[in-house]
Amino acid sequence: MTQQNTAGREALRQTLAARFRTFIEPEYVISDDETLRPYECDGLSMYCEMPLLVVLPGTVEQAQQVLKLCHQQSIPVVARGAGTGLCAGAMPHAEGVVLSMARFDRILEIDAPSRSARVQPGVRNLAISEAAAEQGLYYGPDPSSQIACTIGGNVAENSGGVHCLKYGLTVHNLLSIELLTVEGDRLTLGSQGLDACGMDLMALMTGSEGLLGIVTEVRVKLLPKPEVAQVVMAGFDSVQAAGDAVGRIIAEGIIPGGLEMMDSHAIVAAEAFAQAGYPVDAQALLLCEVDGTEEEVHEHIDAVETLFRHLGATSVRTSHSEEERARLWKGRKSAFPAVGRISPDYYCMDGTIPRGQLAHVLTEMQKMSDEYGLRVANVFHAGDGNLHPLILFDANTPGEFEKTEAFGGRILELCVEVGGCITGEHGVGIEKIRQMPVQFNDQEVAQFHRIKDAFDPQGTLNPGKGIPTLRQCQEYRSLNPRLEPNSPVAAQAHSHQEAGHG
Amino acid sequence: MADLSAQLQHQVIAARTDRRPLTIVGGNTKAFMGRSPVEEHTRLDLSGHTGILTYHPVELVLTARAGTRLTELEAALAEQNQMLSFEPPRFGPEATIGGTLACNQSGPGRPWWSSIRDQVLGIRMINGRGEHLHFGGQVMKNVAGYDVSRLQAGAMGTLGVMTEVSLKVLPKPAASRTLKLAVSADEAIGIMNRRALESRPLTAACWYQGHLYLRLSGALSAVEATLARWEGEVDDAGDAFWQQLRDQQLSLFDGEAPLWRFSVSPSAPLADLEGEWVLDWGGAQRWYRGEADKARMEAIAAAAGGQVSLYRGGDRQQEVMHALPPALQQLQLRLKEAFDPDHLFNPGRVYSWM
Ligand SMILES: Cc1cc2nc3c(=O)[nH]c(=O)nc-3n(C[C@H](O)[C@H](O)[C@H](O)COP(=O)(O)OP(=O)(O)OC[C@H]3O[C@@H](n4cnc5c(N)ncnc54)[C@H](O)[C@@H]3O)c2cc1C
Repeated sequence: MTQQNTAGREALRQTLAARFRTFIEPEYVISDDETLRPYECDGLSMYCEMPLLVVLPGTVEQAQQVLKLCHQQSIPVVARGAGTGLCAGAMPHAEGVVLSMARFDRILEIDAPSRSARVQPGVRNLAISEAAAEQGLYYGPDPSSQIACTIGGNVAENSGGVHCLKYGLTVHNLLSIELLTVEGDRLTLGSQGLDACGMDLMALMTGSEGLLGIVTEVRVKLLPKPEVAQVVMAGFDSVQAAGDAVGRIIAEGIIPGGLEMMDSHAIVAAEAFAQAGYPVDAQALLLCEVDGTEEEVHEHIDAVETLFRHLGATSVRTSHSEEERARLWKGRKSAFPAVGRISPDYYCMDGTIPRGQLAHVLTEMQKMSDEYGLRVANVFHAGDGNLHPLILFDANTPGEFEKTEAFGGRILELCVEVGGCITGEHGVGIEKIRQMPVQFNDQEVAQFHRIKDAFDPQGTLNPGKGIPTLRQCQEYRSLNPRLEPNSPVAAQAHSHQEAGHG
Repeated sequence: MADLSAQLQHQVIAARTDRRPLTIVGGNTKAFMGRSPVEEHTRLDLSGHTGILTYHPVELVLTARAGTRLTELEAALAEQNQMLSFEPPRFGPEATIGGTLACNQSGPGRPWWSSIRDQVLGIRMINGRGEHLHFGGQVMKNVAGYDVSRLQAGAMGTLGVMTEVSLKVLPKPAASRTLKLAVSADEAIGIMNRRALESRPLTAACWYQGHLYLRLSGALSAVEATLARWEGEVDDAGDAFWQQLRDQQLSLFDGEAPLWRFSVSPSAPLADLEGEWVLDWGGAQRWYRGEADKARMEAIAAAAGGQVSLYRGGDRQQEVMHALPPALQQLQLRLKEAFDPDHLFNPGRVYSWM
């Protein structure tokens, strides 16, 4: 940046900050580098950028004014919840304002009779369940980051958790959302009923990564707490056997509350970290939780235990107390930090695959791991096919992060090749924008841009995230000759190609 | 089983060249829904575009061409002891999966077993530029790109021609029983909402003609234990009741009087309106028969936290959907044009201005 530019940027920063301070308490308009620093990245700290300013409005009217001002001056706006995102979705824009929703942290209403809660977007995911607990209710989607992440961020990412197979993703657990458009107009999508007339705009907003509007209020569904929950842990001597066991549970007609798998690297790391009692010599570990009424849980737990034994599980253990259940889960829930302890750094991928492809994908991944000389540990939301390979690397070794990213990119391509997708729950953000052309052709990407234009014609909401430019798509394809322009690998893998596609 | 997608795409491109709007038709069982614009348009017929493309029972995922009949899907699923959990209504054997998604139609189990909008994982569609596009996928979790698949639910084909639909399917419950008890509508609203707070295998709740019906489904032991605990008589004709409710064959649905659909908070008190009601979806979907002023119905729906539409009958040249605030109307119009710049698809079907 030239000196003149720097001076111009500083001047813009100060004028804008002064404008904001006319309607927001001065301490909530941050304009000095030191206080701005913590905002430079989200949970994916390899990507950072210093923003022009950070503002923390305390009311919807203030947020509205921020948006109006920025809109008039075509200044980029990046919404931010807790900053736990894993795709650099909340990474600031160098010329833009970060709109932190942290002060919108009130639970406005828990309505037990209709099983719903009305909350502000900065409310933490877990806080909703805590507040509803008194009424015997809870909020379904439970990302591992639930202590910290906000419901606004969850809506923006369509976050999931270990209970998704049975209870759905964020999109399945919303009744309505209020939002501000880029121009500062207030809209309500959805209703207190289970649907609303016309096209489903609420579904479109969910998972839109802050590119279409700013969520200012959310009404979520609440669920009755299951009478009981029990978890069966089983070790297997091959990933294939564990994968087959998952298929067999489903084939039995059982939909577990949670169904998670870990590979041997993840088992060893998690056991060392959490002493959960995992079989460290197993090649794969399954955690299958069944919840519901007492009768149903007993019936299904019996069935699951029998099935695991029948399918050659090397060890089977069932929780018989809440304490034991918590301990068995602890290993899985702390898998990321556990892996963080056996390696200086790790990089978490997030592809989804058809479950039947698991053994193949893991074998291919092992080959890549050898090729790149980087270890990889796998945790897998086995029930819904969402794979989290954790690539172990050392950011202090020059060139190793680049190698890691290349490896990660190959994993995502592989996921698409077998009929899956590049992200199951973490979002595209900046991180996966390069791989978008693997999943979508240029016409599809252009359609995404037209959707964006309908909401935000100037493109100032979270610019550069989520959807690649057509030029980025072309660049990606020219570097990856396996990919023909306009025909993603996805289409090639489809058994039923029809004429005219692309 | 036939793939007509190339032909459909040509028809759209030709319509675009001639600036000639199209009426998209699947099984034509839902022609009564939405507005009936005065003008007749060329039909784009999806009923021949049929066939299940992939079905992997252990993956719980099925992909079919949009013109595939619900009956065909259900037969294939039943062989594997699985089902379309959203219990799509059918107003004729010809009902298709594409039409069901476009009209966002789900049956009595909706609050517990989710809707077609919830279960759709991906689609292929032809947009107004004649481009055949693919969104979403055949896996349960996918957050790459905007959720164009679920956006279609309720759009009634105004954004494009769906050619393929991928869905999450579920195992059939091992057992299912219905409890019946005589109560007033007001009491029923209270009971339905209280029962829904319990961790019990409730999968449908409806009040009709002085009786509350509660369906319990799941493991036999859980169903039986709940029957023993809850008030009411086991209704052996329960399955038939839910089917008639789903397909609107109960006597309330007979005749010509306008049928209003309220989608509201399940715990909202019953509106003060003379006439007959069915309270489905545990109170969240309420049917009312009778002549009424739309503005008044909208006020009642808004007071109950939701919306109303004129589902069947009445004046269908006028608006039949709940009125939108201007900002939302403009946004929907811009989105319409993002998909269909020349307003080719189903003009005026959802709203007069779209
Ligand atoms: C240890 C760890 C475990 C995790 N586990 C899971 C998991 O199990 N499942 C899962 O799905 N995710 C998981 N995540 C990812 C992350 O927690 C989720 O994506 C979460 O929803 C982000 O919420 P946030 O409040 O931190 O949002 P941020 O990171 O602040 O923002 C995320 C995106 O949302 C946008 N945004 C935020 N607030 C708003 C708003 N009010 N209006 C509009 N846009 C907004 C931002 O612009 C950004 O694009 C995990 C992360 C970590 C660090």
